Amino acid sequence: MLEIKNLHAKVGDHKILKGVNLKVNVGEVHSIMGPNGSGKSTLAQILAGRETYEVIEGEIIYDGKNLLEMPPEERACDGVFMAFQYPVEIPGVGSAQFLKAALNAIRKVRGLEELDAMEFLALVKEKIKDLGMDEKLLHRSVNEGFSGGEKKRNEIFQMALLEPRLCVMDETDSGLDIDALKIVAKGVNDLRSPERAIIIVTHYQRLLNYVIPDYVHVLVDGQIVKSGGKELALELEEKGYAWVEEGAGAAR
Amino acid sequence: MSDPTTTIESFVSQDYKWGFVTEIEQDIAPPGLNEDIIRMISAKKNEPEWLLEWRLKAYRYWLTIKEPTWHNVHYPPIDYQGVSYYAAPKKKELQSLDEVDPELLRTYEKLGIPLEEQKMLTGVAVDAVFDSVSVATTFKEKLAELGIIFCSFSEAAREHPELVRKYLGSVVPYTDNFFATLNSAVFTDGSFCYIPKGVRCPMELSTYFRINAESTGQFERTLIIAEPGSYVSYLEGCTAPMRDENQLHAAVVELIAHDDARIKYSTIQNWYPGDKNGKGGIYNFVTKRGKCLGRNSHISWTQVETGSAITWKYPSCMLVGDNSVGEFYSVALTNNRQQADTGTKMIHIGKNTRSTIVSKGISAGYGQNTYRGGVKILKSATGARNYTQCDSLLMGDKCGAHTFPYIEVKNPTAKMEHEASTSKIGDDQIFYCNQRGISKEDAVNLIVNGFCKEVFRELPMEFAVEAQKLLSVSLEGSVG
Repeated sequence: MLEIKNLHAKVGDHKILKGVNLKVNVGEVHSIMGPNGSGKSTLAQILAGRETYEVIEGEIIYDGKNLLEMPPEERACDGVFMAFQYPVEIPGVGSAQFLKAALNAIRKVRGLEELDAMEFLALVKEKIKDLGMDEKLLHRSVNEGFSGGEKKRNEIFQMALLEPRLCVMDETDSGLDIDALKIVAKGVNDLRSPERAIIIVTHYQRLLNYVIPDYVHVLVDGQIVKSGGKELALELEEKGYAWVEEGAGAAR
Repeated sequence: MSDPTTTIESFVSQDYKWGFVTEIEQDIAPPGLNEDIIRMISAKKNEPEWLLEWRLKAYRYWLTIKEPTWHNVHYPPIDYQGVSYYAAPKKKELQSLDEVDPELLRTYEKLGIPLEEQKMLTGVAVDAVFDSVSVATTFKEKLAELGIIFCSFSEAAREHPELVRKYLGSVVPYTDNFFATLNSAVFTDGSFCYIPKGVRCPMELSTYFRINAESTGQFERTLIIAEPGSYVSYLEGCTAPMRDENQLHAAVVELIAHDDARIKYSTIQNWYPGDKNGKGGIYNFVTKRGKCLGRNSHISWTQVETGSAITWKYPSCMLVGDNSVGEFYSVALTNNRQQADTGTKMIHIGKNTRSTIVSKGISAGYGQNTYRGGVKILKSATGARNYTQCDSLLMGDKCGAHTFPYIEVKNPTAKMEHEASTSKIGDDQIFYCNQRGISKEDAVNLIVNGFCKEVFRELPMEFAVEAQKLLSVSLEGSVG
């Protein structure tokens, strides 16, 4: 479903990704771990289409298409979703209105009929209940005045509503207390499906206690230096990133 | 790496969809202003002698005063002798819509106001002012049954001289300011509306203004009188063809609300704004003022200003009657090289008078947007309250937002609240929307409409929809 080949990227003159290779099949859950500054978030943002980062080499194939040539909204409509590390506040724009615009834009591309206000409300209320969140959220402006935990849960809620095929979660677990973490994990687990791939970008192993990944990759200094199964995450937790960093150094 | 403003910047190129010219035979006065021209205008309109005298007084006063310079808009000097002060479609004295030049009716259809249809379907009574003459007033008979007078100003001056004479200049005297004085001398047409005691006007009254002829000014005058216990909602819309030279528009609107009366006045101003580089466009210098004369009277102004090269406009309320209420809700958008200096004045005179000001300024391109507001609480206004909120939204880094609130309180019981904010549509907000499948243009519209919603909800339903569309057209191409 997704193939990243020899991806190099920079911000300004600063090179961040230095040849990332990754293959994700539909139905799989991958976790990308790594120390701060290793390029994890950069990779997530590039998948979503953030223009701040400049790709200087390599390619990303998504469903046989050149993802890097698609503008961000086209990627979104084609099923790429990123849960933001820092969800943006949009004052004055009601959450319900925002979600309806998003859902209908995506439905249109998928050849489905746009939902009217009543149908939309019914759907959205059902999804919000599944996540154990308060309906009042729909009447508030997008992310405005939300607590850190609410913002992250809102991302998962949007993910559930928009039903993407490729979910990229950019440090969704950071800043969450244990209860919020469990809610987020439940949301992600509910979305696991043979028709969907999930990439979890995280610094810590703790979310992976609740969402068990099929593969774990360790990103160090812009390259994936180690890949393995779920036990790799536990090993990392125990031995720290210094362990792989040393290994990476020795391998070069 | 993308410049933080590149996305927003390229959204600035706009098409003005109302820029066509109607080929129609015009009766047009030679450019220039003198007493003869004023006499000519007055004669064309068969005005009573006192009105001509009033015009001449205004003209003579105008010769002694200077154009104001305190505003935050900049333009080359206006040649008042280069303007034609009267232009009218040739056929006159129309008895029914059938007599209206079909070309003219087509113009109105292009503008989206088919008079014929409107007559039957929408329940909006329309007075359409084309250059200097009021072309057709629909629904007149139906309104007349209720005693409501809704007609062109010229007709009112002939048919209801006692009302016109009593109220003309009672809110905006001919000495008020340079542009109002000019208007008083040369005003050509406009709407007149009178709601008798206790009558609730059953439909929205509406005027559509259009400047068509080249090098003409439009100087309309609107007068609305609401007798005790009456209610009226009045809408006005404006467009003009695209022309390379600037055209002058200096209107005066006077509202009078007696005891327990309520006037709701909504404007969608979409005069031609000029091209991308600031060539052409309407100079819009307008004086609008309402007098809450009676107890518990209520006047509210709602305006959506998206057009004109220059907008200079401060719809105001004089709160004379005890417990009277004044409101001002405004959205002003400046894109490309547009400049707007707009706001309101609330003068609290009576006891327990209240006023609310909500101003939303949006600047894009090189647009310069100024809010100028004055709240005055006079000594007599015990228990007066004012709430002011003025917010600015910036798109890109070449535009400007300016705020000049003046507050003057002479009664210690007054309660004043003032809130102001400036925000910017961020690339991160747009990216967030994009990532959810929403296109850049839709994202900007979503954010801008969210920003304006407190004002839009004050507009009558069909106008609110039009306002949203207009805003998105005016911003078309501001983000790429």
